[in-house]
Amino acid sequence: MPRFPKPPEGSWTEHYPELGTDPVSYEDSITPEFYEREKAAIFKRAWLNVGRVEQLPRKGSYFTKDVDAAHASIIVLRDREGQVRAFHNICRHRGNKLVWSDDPKQDTAGFCRQFTCKYHGWRYGLDGALTFIQQEGEFFDVDKSRYGLAPVHCDVWAGFIFVNFAREPEQSLREFLGPMVTALEGYPFEKQTARFAYSTTIHANWKLYMDAFAEFYHAPVLHAKQSPEKYSTAAQQAGFEAPHYQIDGPHRMVSTSGVRFWEMDSELVKPMEILTRSGLFGPWDAADLGEMPAGVNPAKCDPWGLDSFQLFPNFVILIWSQGWYLTYHYWPTSYNTHVFEGNVYFLPAANVRERIAQEMAAVTFKEFALQDSNTLEATQMMLETRYIDRFLLNDQEILCRHLHKVVGDWVDDHEGARK
Amino acid sequence: MSALLPEEFAALEPFAGKWCLATEQERYGTRLASTTEEMQEFYDAVVPRAEEAMAYLEGLPFDALPDDATNLLHLLYSMIQVSFPVEVWRQPRVPDSGSSSFDCVIEPVP
Repeated sequence: MPRFPKPPEGSWTEHYPELGTDPVSYEDSITPEFYEREKAAIFKRAWLNVGRVEQLPRKGSYFTKDVDAAHASIIVLRDREGQVRAFHNICRHRGNKLVWSDDPKQDTAGFCRQFTCKYHGWRYGLDGALTFIQQEGEFFDVDKSRYGLAPVHCDVWAGFIFVNFAREPEQSLREFLGPMVTALEGYPFEKQTARFAYSTTIHANWKLYMDAFAEFYHAPVLHAKQSPEKYSTAAQQAGFEAPHYQIDGPHRMVSTSGVRFWEMDSELVKPMEILTRSGLFGPWDAADLGEMPAGVNPAKCDPWGLDSFQLFPNFVILIWSQGWYLTYHYWPTSYNTHVFEGNVYFLPAANVRERIAQEMAAVTFKEFALQDSNTLEATQMMLETRYIDRFLLNDQEILCRHLHKVVGDWVDDHEGARK
Repeated sequence: MSALLPEEFAALEPFAGKWCLATEQERYGTRLASTTEEMQEFYDAVVPRAEEAMAYLEGLPFDALPDDATNLLHLLYSMIQVSFPVEVWRQPRVPDSGSSSFDCVIEPVP
């Protein structure tokens, strides 16, 4: 018997009949050809989150971002009116990368009043306008107003900065995000400015890491040794079940139930968790973030652990019941490599004990993430051998099934529309 | 050499040079470069004093900790870092993590 009620169809997967229940193929994760199709059909069409407004604290703040999957490199900035804008990071003169420091392959960030090209000194304002040409008289009747920086569609939702590389996006950002995601508005992302940021290169297709964090079926097994034996044995016997899954357009979410570690016998938790009053689920003393918007814990699970919102294509917002949140970004760099970025956000610690609890939560997050990333290279290697081409997914892996389905649908839609 | 830690915590001074590290990258790197026995010795020394250290630090303004108190806080961060090899893994690395890395590039200060 399931611990949590399932939809009337008998399973979460059958509640969304377009997903089917058949074994799936990961052909979409093992070839350079499919990656090229994804670039055109997904990364050049969907709204992509590239950061948060707190990374642009004042007028003239900027950061650069290489987006290999859209074959783009952009400057994101706050202009003189306080507006967040994005431009292609290319000088209109001879095509030099306009903003970079030391190594043009690395992203950079800073503050400036204008951008000056390192090559011949052309200058651009924060509105992208070309303002100065070195030895302008040597050129031939240049109309400077026609040679500003090339803009990129850019919009902000809940403090998250999104860009879209389409010539004209098919949907506004709000339409793209849809009701399930926009119902998170009002969650105090902007107050949680204490940030731990992590980055790593993963030798696997970006979707395989999305899959790894899209299901918790693996948790009692892969992460068993993170906990005292008594706890992990009980967890493995029980298995994992989520109380709620939800799909809205290309986006998906799962809620998990909470665990009251602070009420547990000391044999079930680690000494350092007791000492720091913290662990994987976050500080045991929850941060008070005020009333939650309706989109958080939408099924009102009690006890509630977390919501993981997976925004198509490559962005995850994970909200913990203990009053903190994470973001994940999966930036493809080839069909079998990607850069993973993880961010951990807390309210700024008001005292030493809060800060110690945050440190414990962040270090624990890394220990788990190292285990999660380990399996990926091994999976990629074996999928590429192609001896097996169909794989089973259970009802707790519904979100993996959905991601691969949506990727296929977007590629088909795009290529169908071009025919 | 002058002490790194507040004098109340002089007993932890032998560990201060190695473990009072300001960044996660340094703490994680030192963990990987240490033996489990070295980390066990540090853990056994610092854990019984941790509650007292937190209470001491609570008596100071968190946004303006003096240098020796900041060192003590960094020592507690290292205690958290070594607790995984000591309490769980019995080896410096997460098992099976091979060549995997997960670099911390931004963290709150202090």
